Amino acid sequence: MTNTLPRPELAVSAAGLTKRFGSTRALDGVDLEVRAGTVHGLLGPNGAGKSTVVRILSTLLRPDGGSARVAGHDVCGDPAAVRYRIGLAGQRTAVDDMLSGRENLEMFARFYRFGHAAARRRANELLEQFDLGDAADRRPKEYSGGMRRRLDLAVSFIMAPPVLFLDEPTTGMDPGHRMDVWHAVRALVADGTTVVLTTHFLDEADNLADSISVIDQGRVITSGTPDELKSALRGDRVDVLVTDSSDLSTVNRLLARVTGSTPGIGNDTRKISVPARDKVATLARIARALEDEKVAVRDIALRRPTLDEVFVHLTGKDNA
Amino acid sequence: MTTIAIPHNRRGRLRAALSDSATMTRRNLTYWWRSPEELIGSLAFPLISVLLFGYVFGSAMTVPGGGDYLDYLLPGLFGMTMVFGLVITISAVVTDRERGVTDQFMAMPISSAAILAGRSLSDMTRASADLVVLLGCGFLVGWRWRGSVLDAIAAIGLLLLLRFALVWVGIYIGLVLRSPDSSAVLYPLVLPFAMVANTFVAPALMPGWLGVVAEANPMSSTVAATRELFGSPVSTGQTWMADHPLLLAICWPVLLLAIFVPLSVHRYRKSRH
Repeated sequence: MTNTLPRPELAVSAAGLTKRFGSTRALDGVDLEVRAGTVHGLLGPNGAGKSTVVRILSTLLRPDGGSARVAGHDVCGDPAAVRYRIGLAGQRTAVDDMLSGRENLEMFARFYRFGHAAARRRANELLEQFDLGDAADRRPKEYSGGMRRRLDLAVSFIMAPPVLFLDEPTTGMDPGHRMDVWHAVRALVADGTTVVLTTHFLDEADNLADSISVIDQGRVITSGTPDELKSALRGDRVDVLVTDSSDLSTVNRLLARVTGSTPGIGNDTRKISVPARDKVATLARIARALEDEKVAVRDIALRRPTLDEVFVHLTGKDNA
Repeated sequence: MTTIAIPHNRRGRLRAALSDSATMTRRNLTYWWRSPEELIGSLAFPLISVLLFGYVFGSAMTVPGGGDYLDYLLPGLFGMTMVFGLVITISAVVTDRERGVTDQFMAMPISSAAILAGRSLSDMTRASADLVVLLGCGFLVGWRWRGSVLDAIAAIGLLLLLRFALVWVGIYIGLVLRSPDSSAVLYPLVLPFAMVANTFVAPALMPGWLGVVAEANPMSSTVAATRELFGSPVSTGQTWMADHPLLLAICWPVLLLAIFVPLSVHRYRKSRH
């Protein structure tokens, strides 16, 4: 077991976490540091080990090796103290089918030491916040997947814990409700909560996370702020949107000549993109060449790589 | 950001554990209250047995040593209902594990003791309710206890003691069972345990070795003891075990508890952290 030095400004710190399930090596030495009051995103393909990390940090699973501290307490040495300081919305929905949405919230609030009246009040607030007011007195088995997920999240939001773990919080939700969840997470963080979330929506990580760890095959293969990850790829690109798809081959040849690299053509769009090694200078050269050849294009833009491209570059896998 | 007050002395922890146990018990009971099909399910077999054996086959059954078959049968059905309760406990534990509920509870500041206490309290409440229904049914078909009221209370106490031991056996089995749908095969597995006993017929009437197995069944001791206390016909046995039902009706459950309480608690803590 390695020792992690307790650093008070870190809400979560893990060093060398390992975990085996039978012959599968689920975690192969995961290090993690999350500053208090920030959102940390765990990204990675399915089966990379994201949920295992969350289960260890939320005291549901004992690591085979390594150590971790959450909210100032060792998850192995003093799990009970950790449980008083965390919230968890796991990947499986945990709400009771036999209890209505409201009763679920009231029951969990009771476990968080709310009195009867306070539990009722908190339940009402959360039903409102997560847009479940109309379904409050129905049982979750009549809910849609997205509604169940929202009820789960509402449970984990009953008290605003120092550290909150969200395992794929918005899976199965429509865009409007995803925004609501993001909003709720930001409000919680503004109030001092530290959030660790796993997601396979890269835009979610991009929007919400202050820092990101990309996990693949049980290891953290890179970490940093979303901007750092994008810069590290050094993959600024110029996108050209043609007006008429018959221009595609002309523009393609032109871009190849100007930049010296092979352009990528989107399958069913009219967009071509090339790496912009000299950023604005590349953009200017391309614009000039297009004008010289009198090719009319609808749009031309310099852009940072998306997290998707970072992800594919790092793991060699699509994140779908 | 809110932190919950951590109970820092023994009294605070005790109060928290009691409050959690109560919430957990209420939740478990609500479950059954809202699924009447399950409530009826576990009582259907004993109730039908009262009618079938009491009226249809009853005249063909003889009690060794003489006596009324209905008087002989009912304590057997009480015991059988306690044994069937094992299935109720196992499926409740497995269901909670299958869905994320157990995980959710385990990541919360609820003591393991409160979760286990909630399970036993709700299952014992259910068992008491089942017994009340069966006793009432017995009264309807003309069964009466012939001993004193105190003896009758002692008999009900022994039945609940067996059920309490089986709650802990059930919690353990529920925690170790792997396959989520394995609880479907439980009734057929528990059935022989409820039948190879003195439930319907005296073990003395079975082939020699099977009779010994039946008399060694903890349920047989409880049933024989309740027959004695209710003043029902008692079948004479062939082993020492059959001759000391009262002693064994206490010893068997205590032994089961001594084995399965520590096992369940250990298993629970291990699965937690």
